[in-house]
Amino acid sequence: MNLFFFLLFAIIAVVCAVSVVAQRHPISSALSLIGVMGSLAVLYLLLGAEFIATAQIIVYAGAVMVLFIFVIMLLNAGAEDRGGKRSLLASALGVPAIVALLGVLCYFVQRWFPNAGTVQFDAWRGGSAQAFGYALFTDYLLPFEVTSVLILIAIIGAIVLARKELD
Amino acid sequence: MVFFIITLIKLALIAFVLLTALAYLQWVERKVIAHVQVRMGPSRVGPHGLLQPLADVIKLITKEGVIPPHVNKFFYLGAPFLAVFMALISISVIPFGTQISAFGYTTQMQLTDVNVGLLVILAISSMGVYGIALAGWASNNKYSLLGGLRSSAQMISYELPLSLALAAPLLMVGTLSLREVVNGQAGFQLGFIPKWTIFSFPSPQIFSFLIFMIAAFAETNRVPFDLPEAENELVAGFHVEYSSMKFAAFFMAEYANMVTVCSVATLLFLGGWQPLWPVEYGSNFLAPAILFLAGAICIYHGINWARPLDKYTLPAFGVIFFLLAGLMAFPPVVPVLMPIFWFCAKLGILLFVFVWIRATLPRLRYDQLMGFAWKFLFPVALLNLLVTGLLVALFS
Repeated sequence: MNLFFFLLFAIIAVVCAVSVVAQRHPISSALSLIGVMGSLAVLYLLLGAEFIATAQIIVYAGAVMVLFIFVIMLLNAGAEDRGGKRSLLASALGVPAIVALLGVLCYFVQRWFPNAGTVQFDAWRGGSAQAFGYALFTDYLLPFEVTSVLILIAIIGAIVLARKELD
Repeated sequence: MVFFIITLIKLALIAFVLLTALAYLQWVERKVIAHVQVRMGPSRVGPHGLLQPLADVIKLITKEGVIPPHVNKFFYLGAPFLAVFMALISISVIPFGTQISAFGYTTQMQLTDVNVGLLVILAISSMGVYGIALAGWASNNKYSLLGGLRSSAQMISYELPLSLALAAPLLMVGTLSLREVVNGQAGFQLGFIPKWTIFSFPSPQIFSFLIFMIAAFAETNRVPFDLPEAENELVAGFHVEYSSMKFAAFFMAEYANMVTVCSVATLLFLGGWQPLWPVEYGSNFLAPAILFLAGAICIYHGINWARPLDKYTLPAFGVIFFLLAGLMAFPPVVPVLMPIFWFCAKLGILLFVFVWIRATLPRLRYDQLMGFAWKFLFPVALLNLLVTGLLVALFS
């Protein structure tokens, strides 16, 4: 059962990810990205991390992508024009280059983490909100605070940029 | 296997009750608004218009579904489906009673008890925007597009005060599982004040409740925040190009969202199925008393009838109410039915408030709506959360 759902949603995630690039209309691309986020949330759920899965949906599919869609709709962006001829070199070397890159990545991951095992379904039972919050405020306090400051800087930056445009 | 079958039965039962309730919610809304405006409301189909929802459903199903030629067909057809799917699915984590034991098998009155149930509801409701936004965009019509844009902006803005208002009572109960949230509100302080978070020590959540309800009106696109479908400026807003069942899907989604937000308010602020006063003082007799009174009123008006048909219909309703009152007072089923009664009573009162406000308040202007969310509701919700956190930290 778990394996079936894993395969189903892994395939959906990959298909949606390809569709993000392949679609010509920005709205279709954005919706495909929502499909990727949703499938990832299901994969987290299969690991037993309910909190992370819902947070994934709330933050990415719910908040970030709504803003994307909102902006696309507001600008009324039309379908992308791909009339121009593609470079011969790009179409010939594109797919082999990606395969080669993935192969190199796999090789180094194998070399650096030789003891890494495969992920087990339901392995991460510590995914409850309490355990998550506790870990965030004890073991990972410094990264958490640094990320908060980073986000604060981004917010202030956004306000500064927006103000400049208003004047 | 038993678990699977029980879940299927529960699913069928909940879906049936919910869909019927949604259809009749619309009847209640029309009737209440009509009486507020000193009209009769639906009264032709069945006694007191009680079969009107059925007639409406038949009408909407058999109507021709027009698809305008200028729409983006895929998204145009997908949007109402998405809206109604996201609206209905969140009912699966809402608990509506304690538990029920039959033939040696105990099951909880809830489809699934996720330990982050509240977050699941927030996640699903935040996905609900897509249905409306896509409908507005795919219709390829400027009124629809404006409606869709307004709705996305409005829902993004009001989600912030809504979530902040929900965080305050969560600080007091200390769990995200909706069932445990309700269990944490059991009991009474000073012997008679219920421990619902809206009343409970150290910080009564009255302000959170009000902020939540205001934000909930905006999240469900209801008057006074129904800007996405403001008919005097946008014709019908995002669903102007929709007809027949596709239109009905948006309608259903709106009512299902109303039921969801009212359930969340009931569970988090009003103690779910916990009674208003202790059982020792006879809170179990409230339901039979109300039903008996309703039956008596029906019989009285049946005898002193005003319209010819009332002679037959009202006594029939009276007998039904008497039977229900007898069922509610029947000792073996009281522990099962009483929580459901309290939950439905609170839910019903909140839904009535929704309808009441629709009949009473005028619509806000768009800039007022956004200004209200960002300049008033959001800071107040933040302040409320800070004060609650401080009080909880001081007194626990």
